[in-house]
Amino acid sequence: MTVTLFIPCFVDLCYPQVGISMVRILEKLGHKVVCPEAPACCGQPAFNTGYWHESRAVAVKVLKQLQDAEVVAIASGSCGAMIKVFYPELFAGTEHEALARSLAPRCYEFSDLLVSKLGVTDLGARFPHKVTFHDGCHSLRELHIHDAPRRLLAKVRDLELVEMRETVCCGFGGTFSAKFPAISTAMGEVKISLAEQTQAEYIVSNDSSCLMHIQGLMDRQHKPTKTIHLAEILAPS
Amino acid sequence: MSTAAVQFKSDAARLAADLRHRALIHTALSKYEVKRDEMKARFQDWQGARTLAAARKQEAVNHLDQYLEQFVRGLEARGTKVHWAGNAQRARDIIVDIVKARNARLIVKSKAMTAEEIHLNEALEHAGFEVVETDLGEFIIQLRGEAPYHIVFPAMHLLRGEIRQTFAEKLHDAPSDNPEELTMVARRVLRQKYMQADVGITGANFAVAETGMVSVTENEGNARLTAALPRTMITLLGIEKVVPRLADLALFLPMLATVGAGQLISGYNTMYGGPRQPGEADGPEEFHVVLLDNNRTALLADAEQREALHCIRCGACLNVCPIYRNVGGHTYNTTYPGPIGGVITPHLRGLQEWKHLSYASSLCGACAEACPVKIALHHHLLRNRRNSAAARPSFWQKLAFKAFAPVANHRSLWKLVTKGGRLGQRLHPLIKATPLDPARAWTRTRDLPPIARQSFKEWWQTRL
Repeated sequence: MTVTLFIPCFVDLCYPQVGISMVRILEKLGHKVVCPEAPACCGQPAFNTGYWHESRAVAVKVLKQLQDAEVVAIASGSCGAMIKVFYPELFAGTEHEALARSLAPRCYEFSDLLVSKLGVTDLGARFPHKVTFHDGCHSLRELHIHDAPRRLLAKVRDLELVEMRETVCCGFGGTFSAKFPAISTAMGEVKISLAEQTQAEYIVSNDSSCLMHIQGLMDRQHKPTKTIHLAEILAPS
Repeated sequence: MSTAAVQFKSDAARLAADLRHRALIHTALSKYEVKRDEMKARFQDWQGARTLAAARKQEAVNHLDQYLEQFVRGLEARGTKVHWAGNAQRARDIIVDIVKARNARLIVKSKAMTAEEIHLNEALEHAGFEVVETDLGEFIIQLRGEAPYHIVFPAMHLLRGEIRQTFAEKLHDAPSDNPEELTMVARRVLRQKYMQADVGITGANFAVAETGMVSVTENEGNARLTAALPRTMITLLGIEKVVPRLADLALFLPMLATVGAGQLISGYNTMYGGPRQPGEADGPEEFHVVLLDNNRTALLADAEQREALHCIRCGACLNVCPIYRNVGGHTYNTTYPGPIGGVITPHLRGLQEWKHLSYASSLCGACAEACPVKIALHHHLLRNRRNSAAARPSFWQKLAFKAFAPVANHRSLWKLVTKGGRLGQRLHPLIKATPLDPARAWTRTRDLPPIARQSFKEWWQTRL
């Protein structure tokens, strides 16, 4: 199968190892990976801020670059929700509505692609650490992905998964984190405290944007817990 | 920014950093959470119940004109006087006029968020009447001169010691911190008021079209006394409260009790169909029902967001909202706080003045997941944002998003930004978290991730 990889802006700039891990995993599974060069962003910042016209200017490029893809792997649950769930509404009533609707079912968040589309759960990975899993809200509540990342983690050798007591947002929320920094920070602190209660060494997620917020806050507060993307754990060494 | 937005931002920043408040709300809701989940588990199929409830409310709201008329016909047939109030002023005038015509002095009132919405108590007090709140939580905050902190638990932010202090100051009767003893103090005061009151005012949880009856749910029996003892009863309710059939309450009453308070069913569920009928021994001599629009029909006309009228005011979305839990109920400064407030306040009170409530959300969707009638609350927040930005765009934000499009869309520009970002990052420590820092909103409390030496796209290039 040819898998088209969509690498969001923040993964490209700050977390290239996440994208690289995805390429290695897919190639190891025998798939051909292609990655269109041009689109760098799904258009979510403008969309979430209310500037849908400006968002479409970005999103339309994504649509065009991905339109012929057999299957698209999206390296973030949040961008995945944008493309799968929100593009059809964003493009409703425009000439691109049909394309947006036809693209949505071909797009998968990475862990969902592995488990639901490719039927893979065991990648032969080993990670001898105690971890907890953070569900990105877009991944969990827009894409309804809950079991896929856990099934993948369950097959990782020597990994112990301890769930947090509550499922709450990390407080990132895109432009929300800058518009309401105090609320966003408080939410992040609540999240980190829940993760610390598990005594996990790592907070794992399928969304680097949440991890960027959690790690940024933990670094400032000199917390020892580390964050890591699921794909980095699964990738062949 | 509107005055309301400035106030919200500053109060939110203060309370979000208040660890005592954070712990207080966590504790206040933790027992509720356990009971709520226990009760949800007692439904054979909770998700099926939600789907059905959403369908019932959709039916009611989509045929609101017919169901309202049916509701009113039933009430009037039993001698109820029904009043239609287009806005808050009209509703206040109607109620003040009824009270004046009865030469009343004292009014007892049970809990009603619509009364908060139209600032009824202020209007009645301004007209020279004494109004006493009879719901215990409302009674406490009325003594303190505060607004409800939560639409179901109005005094949940108070510790028992604070309540004792309030009783000591205002009632000169506060034997201890013991909740039962404090409740008995309130009860002694309120029993006198019920006996003396000329008018009783209630809200409503549901309006049953089929039978022309008002359904009131409560746990203290105070609404029953408010309705039954005074000679005149007034019920104020929003027009969206309608459900088509009596049988619908078999679904809605346990559902409201479950997510509203973690109960299988509320302590008292009463139906009011009219004033005392010939041959009946008790009940009010007169019954007035005031139906409030106050911009609800404008929301009804908005096909995209109409479902916000399905809300049964259970408070479930507040309880799970990480923003509500961190900033608290008073910070919103609206009748309806939390996610539902962020959705409907801009419709009820003005989009531009209240749009900040639609922006004050990480769009996590916990609210929509908790909503018993399946309102896609966080998606409506997005639509409010779209509508407000379209009507009055911010020059700088529009410019920034416009300028971003070519950068995101063209490889060469993106490359330039990547390189520029690396350079900027080297200089950033000099201004980090200072007023000169363009990323200060983030960097005051959080570190930024470094831009990688080799970006993903640069790595990809090396493979081609």
